Amino acid sequence: MSLTILVFAKQVPDTKNITGKAMKDDGTVNRAALPAIFNPEDLNGVELALALRERYGGKVVVATMGPPAAANILRHALYMGADESILLTDRRFAGADTLATSYTLAAAARKAGPFDLVICGRQAIDGDTAQVGPQLAEKLNIPQLIYVAEVESVEAGRLRGRCLIDGGYEIIESPLPCLLTVVAEANVPRPAGARRLMQYKRAVTRSELLARHGGRDYEDANVLAEEEASLRRRGLWIHEWTAGDLAVDPNRIGMAGSPTKVKAIQSVVLTGKGSKQVPPTDEGIAGLVHELIAEHILS
Amino acid sequence: MSKKKAGNVWVFIEQDDGRIADVSLELVCKGRELAGQLGVKTEAVLLGQRVAGLAPRLHEYGCDNVFLAEDARLEHFSPLPYAKVILGLIHQHHPNIFLFGATAVGRSLAPRVASGKLAGLTADCTDLRIDSFEDKASGQVLPNKLMQIRPAFGGNIIATIVNTWDDPQMVTVREGVMRLDEPAAGRRGEVTPVAVSLEAADLVVSLVKRFKQEKEVNLKAAQIIVAGGYGVGTKENFQLIRQLAETIGGAVAASRAAVDAGWISHDHQVGQTGVTVRPRLYIACGISGSVQHRAGMSESAKILAINEDPGAPIFSVAHYGVVGDLNVVIPKLIKAYKARV
Repeated sequence: MSLTILVFAKQVPDTKNITGKAMKDDGTVNRAALPAIFNPEDLNGVELALALRERYGGKVVVATMGPPAAANILRHALYMGADESILLTDRRFAGADTLATSYTLAAAARKAGPFDLVICGRQAIDGDTAQVGPQLAEKLNIPQLIYVAEVESVEAGRLRGRCLIDGGYEIIESPLPCLLTVVAEANVPRPAGARRLMQYKRAVTRSELLARHGGRDYEDANVLAEEEASLRRRGLWIHEWTAGDLAVDPNRIGMAGSPTKVKAIQSVVLTGKGSKQVPPTDEGIAGLVHELIAEHILS
Repeated sequence: MSKKKAGNVWVFIEQDDGRIADVSLELVCKGRELAGQLGVKTEAVLLGQRVAGLAPRLHEYGCDNVFLAEDARLEHFSPLPYAKVILGLIHQHHPNIFLFGATAVGRSLAPRVASGKLAGLTADCTDLRIDSFEDKASGQVLPNKLMQIRPAFGGNIIATIVNTWDDPQMVTVREGVMRLDEPAAGRRGEVTPVAVSLEAADLVVSLVKRFKQEKEVNLKAAQIIVAGGYGVGTKENFQLIRQLAETIGGAVAASRAAVDAGWISHDHQVGQTGVTVRPRLYIACGISGSVQHRAGMSESAKILAINEDPGAPIFSVAHYGVVGDLNVVIPKLIKAYKARV
């Protein structure tokens, strides 16, 4: 048996390690200054896919929707061992909420498929919603296993997985194809392989190839076609699809396809307010304990 | 909107072996408040096997009606059959607002339903309000919309989100975020039985085994909580937090950073993706105080923060602040408490 697996990943701002450099003078975060990283649990998704390929044979395709620079995480997936990668990039995809995102990803999965398994990370650290996975499963009309910590087996067209629930786990069995969302506990993502890194650092999208020739106005179609064919032969071609390449309704993608709108954004401003300062001395701490006891907060 | 009558406020009732999840009752209370403001009814959506006996409890907490879908095939939660039954109910009754607990069940079910209905869904809301919304795209002012308030972007912003498409406006909310009101004993309501129609294709996924443990700690009931964060430094050093908790009779809690670091289990996590607590005293040790953490503890009656960084945001919600090394301050606290008269 062999498994054809599609992994969806996202490039996200590193919201967990915010340093002083990313703070504006008014105490709010300068989002543009945050480094862009591979969403952590999506790395667990890639790792699970690669491990399943090693166990059962098959193929791993990694796809992402994002700006042109998101090609960087696809190269990383190739360094880890992915067979192919797809970048979904188009200004018309921008501003998508989870519903529009899952609709777009479903269209890409249909174009790239069929697949036995679709894998996503549990959630992305910029939104923490965990919604795209189940919504994508609904759009593809396939079952979902969420919070997968382990795939126990894939046999006779059925997958058996251990899924985390509140306070425990469930062993769930589902027919293929199905969608899994993977938690960090599932595995330790392998690092980029040194040899693969040397090989795949030259992998490019069509836009990146054009940029090498000075931009979109480059006209020598023959040269491009030859280079593309050569890159494809060597596995160095990152597929780049726009809305026009997918069978999508323009009213269902990006901002237009998003029912949720942001009414207001309040930056969290970090300012201290009147807390009572207690000196870290024996006397200070003893005084504090006495006060808490006097107020019946401590007994 | 083309509909004549405003839809009702619905709450998905999560039950496990006939026990209603706390978060579902909390959402019934919040749902009743929202329904009151909108002049509509609060209705529960209850699926399961032999769960009719739970309806009176839901009435007492504030449901005017309980949609009751009883079927052996619904005994355990499974996304496909549950989503199918609920989508059928939505198409038939057109609720205005639909609340789900942000549990493993809610986070599997709500997106599946929202996708099927093409409705907006906002995860992990920390506040819900009714207000008007001016849609800049259409220039229309939409009255009486649900303001869905949640931290985003790693907690560096608080976003207010509105669903501008057709109803229902769907959200998930974590356990403990909404206040649980006292039930009104003897309050009565309706029960509307739901015909369950499922096909073989809805039942292809099977539950092989289920293992569930009670939580290690009930933080929601704790009157005193001692919490450690990333500033504690190491797993071994977390022992200091336990010692202080033991000395003053408190429960041990942690920030997400400490849980992610593997120093303590997720059952102890306070914050947006953990438990929301309201103890008499919350002692935050080495916790910087991200907005997600503060969302889970800022309503504590008294907050004592111990942190080396005088600029740590935890001090903005603290009543008492000690700027210093917790390795020095905590032993002093233990000593001072033991020496109390």
